[in-house]
Amino acid sequence: MIELVDVHKAFGANTVLTGVSLTLRKGRSMVIIGGSGTGKSVLLKCVLGLVQPDKGAISVDGTDVTNLRQGTPERDAFLARFGMLFQGSALFDSLPVWQNVAFRLLRGSLKKPRAEARDIAIEKLRRVGLSSDVADLFPAELSGGMQKRVGLARAIATEPEIIFFDEPTTGLDPIMAGVINDLIRGIASEMGSTAMTITHDMSSVRAIADEVAMLHDGMIQWTGPASEMDSCGDPCVAQFIAGSAEGPIKTVR
Amino acid sequence: MNVLAIIGRAVLAMLAAIGRVTLFAIDAVSHLGRPPYYPREFAQALVQIGYFSLPVVGLTTIFTGGALALQIYAGGARFSAEAVVPQIVAIGMVRELGPVLVGLMIAARVTSSIAAEIATMKVTEQIDALITLSTNPAKYLTLPRVLAATVVMPFLVGVGDIIGIMGGYLVGVERLGFNAGTYLRNTIDFLEPLDVVSSLTKAAAFGFLAALMGCYFGMRSGRGAQGVGRATKSAVVAASVLILAANFVLTELFFSA
Repeated sequence: MIELVDVHKAFGANTVLTGVSLTLRKGRSMVIIGGSGTGKSVLLKCVLGLVQPDKGAISVDGTDVTNLRQGTPERDAFLARFGMLFQGSALFDSLPVWQNVAFRLLRGSLKKPRAEARDIAIEKLRRVGLSSDVADLFPAELSGGMQKRVGLARAIATEPEIIFFDEPTTGLDPIMAGVINDLIRGIASEMGSTAMTITHDMSSVRAIADEVAMLHDGMIQWTGPASEMDSCGDPCVAQFIAGSAEGPIKTVR
Repeated sequence: MNVLAIIGRAVLAMLAAIGRVTLFAIDAVSHLGRPPYYPREFAQALVQIGYFSLPVVGLTTIFTGGALALQIYAGGARFSAEAVVPQIVAIGMVRELGPVLVGLMIAARVTSSIAAEIATMKVTEQIDALITLSTNPAKYLTLPRVLAATVVMPFLVGVGDIIGIMGGYLVGVERLGFNAGTYLRNTIDFLEPLDVVSSLTKAAAFGFLAALMGCYFGMRSGRGAQGVGRATKSAVVAASVLILAANFVLTELFFSA
């Protein structure tokens, strides 16, 4: 279970999060929606410890992880439970595809023999619909959709308990977006992982979410099951679903 | 009052920057004693920084050695001291020009490429990705590059010193009419071990600074293409200035007595 209590974050004068409280139960898939620049990515990065919150507490399975220091065994153990798909895939362009996927298996505490790591990488690539031919290509040789899939394969390579998806369908055509949504749904339920996705793509929300949280003005405006999203009555959510310019979310920012 | 405030702010900013760089360096070097290690990245950095810099080092030093011989010959002629060409070329190349010019070329070639690479990684979230994959960027990116540059620079400068002296020799023998054997003997007899030791020590220090600046500014890069450009520029400028400053300090330490 992931729990955020009253998390604040500002970058200089720019206040991003002003008291986010959120609970995500084990094995559930939560999607956080909100306009561009509302701090969705910052929220994910706070949980991962890539960004240090100014105030508030974040705990995973009851353990406070807000102030884990980098390089400590506790932090390594914490990170080993996570997989993350980055918005731009964030593949290492100096490494071929299979070494990207098997990155964790080639070094550190989860190190495996090279041949075995490669086999696992190829199996994960197959799971996301890529043939073994791409294993030896470099990320720059792949299309955006293929890079996303490789990023997904890397995120699931060690079968993590918790997976974060940062804008998984941004920049993809609707068909590829649908494929990625199905993969995320399929993989998360297959592995029983807890998933947290941030997106502004409503088709993603409907495909992936068990639960939805609306982030606006640095706070969670509404949270509830995806099935109740359409009838929740929250003006922010209603405006977001309708894609309307009228409502509490300002279109000029 | 305003002027004082401006000076004060600048001094504070500079002190803060020195502190940040020092902490960054200490953090990177401290990983020497803490596994896991990344030998593959180290080997790659050795090849990139060492082997692939050989052509530029050779070209830089051979022309410098040649020009130096011409200058000393022409300048020496003013007080009938043309004969000192081999000695001055040797001492000039080994003590000063070899390490400094190779250092500056490494700042241009290696610092810029390290800074641009790491800054791009930062901008495209690859650094964040490294962290989420339980890999410490200081250990995986900074230490191998800094260590490789520190280790390989003495070799580069050693080669550069020799090629520079060869440049002087070629000009001396082919253009200025020196006897080949005499030229070489004068060079070898005149050089002292301290000259060579100072050259290689400087080299190691310059290599360390060049790679460190590349990593430091790369890791602190701002967003977008502009951020990468700025990081690269700052890294090269800082590395060059620090190399020249360190050269002065080391020269003072080695030869002031």
